[in-house]
Amino acid sequence: MGLLTWSDGAIGRQVANLSYVENDIMLQIGLTHYLIVGAFLFAMGVIACVARRNAIGILIGIELILNAANLNLVAFSLYVKNLDGQVFAVFVIILAACEAAVALAIIINLFHGYGTIEVDYAAQMKE
Amino acid sequence: MTPQTIQAVVFYALAAILVFSCFIVVFSHSIVHSCFALFFTLLAVAGFYALLGADFLAVTQVVVYVGGILVLLLFGILLTSRTPLILGLASRRTYLFATMAGAVVFAILVVVIHGAWSGASVEPGSQPTIESLGELLLGRYLFPFEFSSLTLLAALIGAAYLVRRSDR
Repeated sequence: MGLLTWSDGAIGRQVANLSYVENDIMLQIGLTHYLIVGAFLFAMGVIACVARRNAIGILIGIELILNAANLNLVAFSLYVKNLDGQVFAVFVIILAACEAAVALAIIINLFHGYGTIEVDYAAQMKE
Repeated sequence: MTPQTIQAVVFYALAAILVFSCFIVVFSHSIVHSCFALFFTLLAVAGFYALLGADFLAVTQVVVYVGGILVLLLFGILLTSRTPLILGLASRRTYLFATMAGAVVFAILVVVIHGAWSGASVEPGSQPTIESLGELLLGRYLFPFEFSSLTLLAALIGAAYLVRRSDR
């Protein structure tokens, strides 16, 4: 009888523990939450890059992918308690600015040359 | 309300903004709408930086992305369109396949992340990061820092050269 109550209590404690853990995963914002947000941004960026025909749409997709990388860098930099990741994020932002400027120059050139920035038409007109 | 609960509420609110605006960015028919939705996506990412305690990066994100790159994109859209609305979507089939591929990529990443770092906790930094970031940038990362300024200069000169009016 004593054994039964003991195991009863143990099971009850275990169940309480389990629900506590369950609660914890939703409320305690950990590394995985930020990484999953980063993964979502990356996937959306890939979709934009693949599916958009407009050159500026493709550029927007690339910006989304760079933001995903940045979010992961910052999250990991706090995870390892080291600021190096944030320095890398600063460099990524600098390179994103360079890339946007050059890409827009190329897109404007494309528009002057072909009269469109739909990449499929531009690829056909080259021949 | 414990600080943890507040953090969770802010996190999920930012995530909701990000997911909603991201769908508009990728699936909107008009590229101008997509550009304006990108504004909210970038602001949500800046909010995540602030939530993580990366104050310098949050401000840099707002200044460079929202103030710089987004305006540049809008200028690009206005300069390259005869009508303000460009239909940027590919055929429905391409979009379907791209979405499926993106969903598969996302699923794989979630499984991997959940397997590798499940339960890893990350405490938001409570100290301002500007001082130590400045020391790192002008100390250990001095050469990459100066080199990136050179890259920026080269990129801007190159961009100006590319879009010059050819005087024939």
